[in-house]
Amino acid sequence: MSTAPRVLREPWQELSRQRQGATFGIWVFLASEALFFGSLLLLYTVDRISHPQAFIMAGRETDIWYGTINTAVLMTSSLTMAVASQAAEADMRRLTIWCLSATVALGMIFLVLKGFEYAEDFDKHLWPGINFALKDPAAQLFFSLYWTLTGVHAIHLTIGLGLIGRLIIMGGRRRIQLRENPQVEVTALYWHLVDVIWIILYPLIYLMGRS
Amino acid sequence: MTDATLNGELPLSLEPSYLGAGHSLASWLTSTDHKRIAILYAISITFFFFLGGIAISIVRVELFTPEADVVSADTYNKLFTFHGIIMVWFFLVPSIPTTLGNFLLPLMIGARDVAFPKLNLFSWYLNITGGLFTMYALIAGGVDTGWTFYTPFSTMFSNTHVIAAAMGVFIAGFSSIAAGVNFIATTHMLRAPGMTWFRLPLFVWAMYATSLVMVLATPVLAVTLLLLIMERWLHLPIFNPALGGDPILFQHLFWFYSHPAVYIMVLPAMGVVSEVITCFARRRVFGYDFMVYAMVGIAVIGFFVWGHHMFVSGQSAYASIIFSFLSFIVAVPSAIKVFNWTATLYRGQISFEAPMMYALGFLGLFTVGGLTGLFLASIPVDVHVTDTYFVVAHFHYIMVGGSVSAYFAGLHYWWPKFTGRLYSEAWARFAAILMFFGFNFTFFPQFIAGYLGMPRRYHVYPPEFQVYNVMSSTGAVVLAAAYLLPLFYLTRSLIGGARAGSNPWDATGLEWQTTSPPPRENFAVIPRVTQSPYDYHPVSEAPTSGRRKAHGGSDTE
Repeated sequence: MSTAPRVLREPWQELSRQRQGATFGIWVFLASEALFFGSLLLLYTVDRISHPQAFIMAGRETDIWYGTINTAVLMTSSLTMAVASQAAEADMRRLTIWCLSATVALGMIFLVLKGFEYAEDFDKHLWPGINFALKDPAAQLFFSLYWTLTGVHAIHLTIGLGLIGRLIIMGGRRRIQLRENPQVEVTALYWHLVDVIWIILYPLIYLMGRS
Repeated sequence: MTDATLNGELPLSLEPSYLGAGHSLASWLTSTDHKRIAILYAISITFFFFLGGIAISIVRVELFTPEADVVSADTYNKLFTFHGIIMVWFFLVPSIPTTLGNFLLPLMIGARDVAFPKLNLFSWYLNITGGLFTMYALIAGGVDTGWTFYTPFSTMFSNTHVIAAAMGVFIAGFSSIAAGVNFIATTHMLRAPGMTWFRLPLFVWAMYATSLVMVLATPVLAVTLLLLIMERWLHLPIFNPALGGDPILFQHLFWFYSHPAVYIMVLPAMGVVSEVITCFARRRVFGYDFMVYAMVGIAVIGFFVWGHHMFVSGQSAYASIIFSFLSFIVAVPSAIKVFNWTATLYRGQISFEAPMMYALGFLGLFTVGGLTGLFLASIPVDVHVTDTYFVVAHFHYIMVGGSVSAYFAGLHYWWPKFTGRLYSEAWARFAAILMFFGFNFTFFPQFIAGYLGMPRRYHVYPPEFQVYNVMSSTGAVVLAAAYLLPLFYLTRSLIGGARAGSNPWDATGLEWQTTSPPPRENFAVIPRVTQSPYDYHPVSEAPTSGRRKAHGGSDTE
């Protein structure tokens, strides 16, 4: 394939409108995602107000090193994603692919670190149940939310890796044209959402009880 | 030739219709044509409709007598649960938006397709995947939680297939979100030149308002069910009261979706009825602007009334008072719409074709459902009738009397557009009357039984309620017959029905300006819109004679 297929698709008449439409569509979807995570945060808030002491106790059991390093890793991936998006606009194909690959690498580092953290949490008996490490039963609520929130975030992140990976493979083989392709912007916005969610989760999970 | 081209017009183009763009199964299952996807949805929701109908038929047979004589208590619980889950999430929520909406939204705004055609097809596959999970739950042994999945019963005590059913609804939810995103983007981005926001047909506004609710409410349901699955499957304590969790919070989250879901079901119905009533009264819709504001108002206020499902759950009394007040407020825009439809009929040249009969049926039944909704919004009355058949009758008047009637109104109204064929008008009118009669026969007695204290969800009941249950069950037989009839005469029309022509109802609206069935591209040339919708006649020229004017939209320019 020497020439990349045209970016313009049915039913759009012109590319600028298609790009507007795709960006608008992903923003609507992000609004939906905001409600998705919003309801989890509501649950967190209600439980935390009902059991302030248990939440402080439980929050201290999380590993702030993993959390903080992962925050830095993910924020850096946001930077590389933003650069990739701009590079695609400027028709700098190699830089785009390079930055997209860096984003995937950083995302994978995040998941690997998260995996080590999960293993440590298991060892410390922080999975709610009979062998749970803390005495206060409400501490189990905190850790239910910890596993749920970080798990759902990790699933979102994995989907993001898939989307970026697709751009790298398709773009690298010139199966799709990256310049002016609405998929780049859409993927970038989704990736930034995953990062923004993490920025909210970080203080709620790791800074809880450490002030 | 017996083909009736009613407007005396010839097909505008010789392009093959969307039906002729491929005849293999794969050409349907991989099509990104919004019209074909609408047909896929129509087939799948019809299947689910009858599946849910079979479940409730067994329930109605059981309730014929006060004793348990057909099914056990456990089976009974599973039957009404299955009926609820299937009807709500696999019929009512997708019904009008994904069939009529999918087909008509691009046509009505003068677009070639929805904004994201592949996402549209993907949403159908999501819906089917969700349906398969739910059907697996049925085949594996059923679910007995009721469609509301209340914790802690669903998470800790039920021995049935809750996870599969919840997973099915969870997946189907994403199909809703995808459809909502698609419709919102389509309405914003793909309107034809001249199609300003306040020239949009009310059906398009209805789809838009519905999509807003789908996009913003469904994720909350997704989370709620996800948490339920986490708690039941992985034993993470989330709503478990023994560890300080709050089961009431589950109800808040559940109803934060499930009350707005009622508007996902009824807003599209309002859109359909607005199109049908204007056409068959030959009248411009009364108060177009207020119809739009009312729909958006319902969509917005509908998000803040969920607590009226929880008056007896133990929520704060102050919360209950606020929710009660807001529930009265949300009735105001609905009432505005009922008055405006009625005012549209005033001095109209009304004719009683089948779609109009279904629409008029909607008007009456929706009003009864809405007014009894006000009874239930009032806390003292609600406390008295909570969990009785009064509530069951109320929401069936809205969802079946309202939404399903409107779905049939729309199905008949646009059938010639979908298929290019005319159905048997006599049979269709008969079915419409039978449906109205059967519906009232089934559900009106439930108001009385419920008011007298008959609780819902029991397979045995005190003998003094038998008379109402016999009426109800007999009515259900009539209703079932009325639902089966269209299956026959509509299918019959596909084989030998007369050709419909582009515009058999002499209606305005862009969808009637293209051929029936429309070509793959919808329009040979993207139309340019210069008029408001419902240009049936100017207000100053209200008709005085009973003779219908042939007044076909752009033909008069």
